[in-house]
Amino acid sequence: MEHMGIEPGRLQFSWVSSAESTKFVSVVNEVTDIIKKLGPNDRFVKKDVRVA
Amino acid sequence: MTATIDRIKEIVRGVLTDCRVDLVIGFRKGTVAMMNEPCFIKSPDEADQLVWDSNCGINLANYLANRTGKIGIIAKGCDSRNIATHIIENKIQRDQLFIIGVPCQGMVDRRRIIAMFDGEVREVVESDGRVTVKGADFEKTLEKSELLQQNCSLCTHRNPVIFDEMAADPVEEQQNVDRYADVKEIEALDSGQRWEYFEKLLEPCIRCYACRNACPLCYCPTCFVDESRPQWVGKSQNPVDVRTFHFLRAYHCAGRCTDCGACERVCPVGINMRVFTKKLEKDCFENFGWEAGLSPDVRPPLDTYSPDDPDDFIK
Repeated sequence: MEHMGIEPGRLQFSWVSSAESTKFVSVVNEVTDIIKKLGPNDRFVKKDVRVA
Repeated sequence: MTATIDRIKEIVRGVLTDCRVDLVIGFRKGTVAMMNEPCFIKSPDEADQLVWDSNCGINLANYLANRTGKIGIIAKGCDSRNIATHIIENKIQRDQLFIIGVPCQGMVDRRRIIAMFDGEVREVVESDGRVTVKGADFEKTLEKSELLQQNCSLCTHRNPVIFDEMAADPVEEQQNVDRYADVKEIEALDSGQRWEYFEKLLEPCIRCYACRNACPLCYCPTCFVDESRPQWVGKSQNPVDVRTFHFLRAYHCAGRCTDCGACERVCPVGINMRVFTKKLEKDCFENFGWEAGLSPDVRPPLDTYSPDDPDDFIK
């Protein structure tokens, strides 16, 4: 995805067990912070309807 | 070339006469220059239709998936690797097949040849590594090695990896080829430039799905783009939908694509969608040392687990 031009950081992977609630919270916070810094996504958004 | 095709015909006649196969999949001359078409030879006297030259770029493994009965197939390097992939994926059984291996020296890029001339190219004749292009009022002889499809000029597996009989002596494999120069160029761009690059690349796409239809890996009974419940991808010409189709198709080919070039070859608007599959091919090679289809007995990296698989992307 990043190769294709999605900003680095917008796509993230994590492995959280159902028993790891604290890890889940920290991952969510971390990802939210990074994404907020990146701002709204303008790629992969359908902006206009194209009629052929 | 003539010796090769004579030998192919001889083998085909032999296996059909002995009833070792029900049919043989090969190429016959197409209706326009540089477009040989796949054909199914069912009786020994049809074998004369067969041709073999530098316009046999379509991947014949595409016609094997889920076929029953005994099948003969003519396979160049990439076809044989896709046959191996089919065997791994249980799309065909090895004992159903009689593979006629043909060492390959690359297929010519017909778009490049057509672009070189103003008039219509009516005939292309080959001999000794040269091609003579003929039209109504022109004739020119060119070096074949300079006209190869890009994937063929970078090919390092020209000889079939599995076969029952070879139609010619193996050819020398190309050494010291930088297979991924084009991918590296894209990797060197920054994120925004990459987005623009692919935006421009896919702009002419009309979503005819010829690339998918020519691809031996795309054998799903219902492709994700045709599915309407749920509808995964919009069916419009919107750039987002077009891009979703291309990159998802590439993902489905991860660790399986042999870079046979059939997709690019059949594209009516000449998009090089191989840059998607090649990136995944490069990643597979760098992370798992994997090249698809080299043996029907080795499981591919995406269906095996090893404790030292790279996992840096997981937090």
